[in-house]
Formats: sequence, structure tokens, C-alpha cells
Amino acid sequence: MFHFAVALCVPLCGTPMTTQPTEAVLVRSLEKSFGEWPVLWNLDLSVPWGQALVLFGANGAGKTTLLRILATHVKADHGSVAVAGQNLRSRPENARRRIGVVGHRSLLYDDLTCRENLIYYSRLFGLKDHKPRVDEVLAKVRLGDRADHRVRTLSNGMQKRASIARAILHQPDVLLLDEPETGLDRESVSILGTLLAEWTDSGRSVVMTTHDLDLGMSWGHRAGVLRGGKVNFPDAEFAETGNPANEPDIRQAIISALEAGR
Amino acid sequence: MNGLLGPMMVIVWKDLLLELRSKDLVVSIVVFGLLVVVVFNFALNNTPGRSEELAPGILWAAFAFSAILAMNRAFVRDQEQGGLEGLLISPVSRDAIFLGKALTSLIFMLLVEAVLLPVYAVMLDFSALSWYLMLTIFLGTLGFAVVGTLFSAMAVQTRSREIMLPVLFFPVLLPVIIASVEASTRAIGGETFIGLGRWLPLIGVFDAIFLVICPWVFSFVVEE
Repeated sequence: MFHFAVALCVPLCGTPMTTQPTEAVLVRSLEKSFGEWPVLWNLDLSVPWGQALVLFGANGAGKTTLLRILATHVKADHGSVAVAGQNLRSRPENARRRIGVVGHRSLLYDDLTCRENLIYYSRLFGLKDHKPRVDEVLAKVRLGDRADHRVRTLSNGMQKRASIARAILHQPDVLLLDEPETGLDRESVSILGTLLAEWTDSGRSVVMTTHDLDLGMSWGHRAGVLRGGKVNFPDAEFAETGNPANEPDIRQAIISALEAGR
Repeated sequence: MNGLLGPMMVIVWKDLLLELRSKDLVVSIVVFGLLVVVVFNFALNNTPGRSEELAPGILWAAFAFSAILAMNRAFVRDQEQGGLEGLLISPVSRDAIFLGKALTSLIFMLLVEAVLLPVYAVMLDFSALSWYLMLTIFLGTLGFAVVGTLFSAMAVQTRSREIMLPVLFFPVLLPVIIASVEASTRAIGGETFIGLGRWLPLIGVFDAIFLVICPWVFSFVVEE
């Protein structure tokens, strides 16, 4: 299952911020504090097209904050962030068209059916001829038979799958997933894994957070650990070889980085 | 314009569909509005000779209290179920979100008022068949909807939103309420547009100003 690709930690300091989509995600000198408490500090990050970056980190390390900034839901205090070549500060609405988000909440209305929720979002995203697309994504997350059930009648796992359908509805270039495996059964996890593989195989990118080391290792092309407000890449020194035999070393490096604390 | 109108209509469609499913908002506001009029009717000892004098005040007190009830719920569903976050990460402008929510509130309140007005007319013994009264009600309700939507978005983020909303809402809307009562008094009394004097234009100017200011402020209110 392990398929970490060769990936180099690209040094960003000194590189000019570009609006051209050379990288799916490009973050430079990002800072975010809540009150006096700095959460992200001088954070640099780049995610190439066609790759999935998995972020690990202790509770409170800033994983969700980073994803919420990338999703344009929270504004950074300082720094530049570009997703799919769109600068989030100057062109957030363009960026939102190209981003799909799965967070801790489904962002679906309980009293609407799955289909109605997806029609609502497809209209918000300005999708033309949305009906076949809605059916397609519902089938993809295996909710076709529950399409006309109200969201409140679905289990948590099904709601999560509906939320994934919502996120991929407009075929975003970059998928942002915050602990997407939470609440999913084995079958649903497998569906999500297949979907993410398809996503990156088609040249699109994924940034996800998780606490599940095994899932993260199997789904991601690169692994980062968020610690001290920055993303560190424990796999960098092993990545040059691109050898799956390095998996134990990478795993140990991630565990060591996590154990080093926040 | 299509970039604004399209998403606004989507938001209105969604809110109307949700209300159609639950029916909790419109029904509770109608019942509340009726109770307010009954209470005022007895508290102010409304007799046939005093109806024209008291009716506009009672009418707008009931509309204002009903508006508070409607506004308290304007963003609650979106906040509780994550719909507001869903809107904020969609490529829809903040202006369209605000105007869509304000339009929904306007539709809800006008629906409630359409039910309540004939009942009030019978209970308070006045003629509601006046275009100028209708226009006054429309403009006054528009002011309620625009200002109320903004304050509702602010209040929903606080822990004491039920208290916070009226505290913010009534002081700002006092000019509209005063102007609406004055214009309604004249409209019920059979005055024409000229007879309504400066009151109707005053409500119109208030609405126009807040239709510009409120969407702009809203974009800061929802920003994290």
C-alpha cells in the first residue's frame, strides 16, 4: 500500500510568489495567531500538482487552522497563500471555485435530502447541467440509494460520505480534507482511498490532515508534521531514494517528530 | 448582476424549502403577532372611537416584535448546521449572501404580515385597503429585513443572541418605526401620497442607505 513518491522538500525562501499555477498550493511566510497565541509561524509549504500531502500533528498544532486558511475561511495575519494559482488575498472567489473542503462538519442541511443539498451547492458553484453530476458523485460515494433521504436520517458515516460528495461536486483542483477518516467504516475508508488515488492520478492535488499514521502513509505522497507553527518534512532525507523499503524509517521519523511535542 | 441575482435566488430557494419542511418560523411568528395585538388591544383599552389613533402604533409594535422573532432565526440554521461556512467557502460574493438572506427575511415577514394585516384590520377596526398603507408596510419591512439581517449575522456569533439582537436592532430602527407609524396613521386616515408628507420618503432613504452600508459591513462580520 505504501506508495510515497520521490518528493523533495522545496526550499521556498527567496523564491518569488507567483500567481501561475506551477504548484497546486504555495504558502510563504504564513502567520496566524489567535489573540496572543501564535498558531502558525513563518510557515512555508508547497504541494505539487498530482500529489497528496498528509499533515500530522498533535492536537492544537494548527492543522485545522492551516486548512481553514487554505479554504479561504480564515484570513492569515501575514504571508502569501496561493491555491491553484489563485492568490487567496486578492482573488478568494476564484480560488474557492477550485477548492473542495471536507471538514469536521458536513456543511449540509439536515432537513434537505442529499440530492437537494448537492443541487443547492452545485447552483452556488454555478454548475451547468448539474443533475447528472449530482447522481455521479452520489454513486461515487455509494449513496445513490439514499439520495432522496434527508440528511438527518443518515448515519454519521453516511453524512461524511455525503460531505465528500459535496466537496468533489464541482471537480475542484485541490481537495482539503480535515481528518476525513473520522466516523467512516472500513468500506467508506476504502471508497475514500480510491477516490483520493483517482484524484491525484488525474493531476489534481490533495492536502489532508489525519492522526492515523497507517492511512496517512498509504494515501499520501508526502508526509509533513505540523509542529511549532511550521510544517516539517521528516521524510525529506529518505525521499531521495524513493524506495518503499524506507517506509519504516519514514514512519519512525514521523513518530519522533510527533513525540517531540507541539 | 447575474452574479448577484443567481446566488441570491439559490439562497432564497434553499431557505424557503427548509421553512416549507419545518414550518416552525412562519407559524410561530403568526401566532406571536396575533398575541401581541390581543395584548395591546386590551392593555390600551382600544375603543371604537380611538381605533384610528391607536391602530398604527399597535400594528407596528406587532410587526417590529414579529421581525425580531424572524431575525433571531435568520442565521441560526446556517450556523448550527454549518451552512454559513458552506456559503463562505463557495464562490459566492458576500454581498450576494447578505442580499439573499435579507430577501428571504423580507419574504417571510411580508408573508406573515399578509396573514396578520386583515386580522389586525378587523380587530382594530380600520381599513387596510390603502395602497399607501401597503407601500408603507413594504418599505418599513424592507428596512427591518436589511438591518435585521446584518444584526442577526452579528448576534448569531454571540452566546446571548436572543438578547443581543433586540438591543442592536431597535435603536437603529427607531427612525423607521416612527416614520412607519406616522405614514400609516395618515394612510389609514385616507390621506394621499402628498398627505403622507416626508415620512414615506424618509423610510425610502433609510432603506437605500442601509442597503448600501449593510452588505459592506456584513463582509467584515462573517470574516474570521
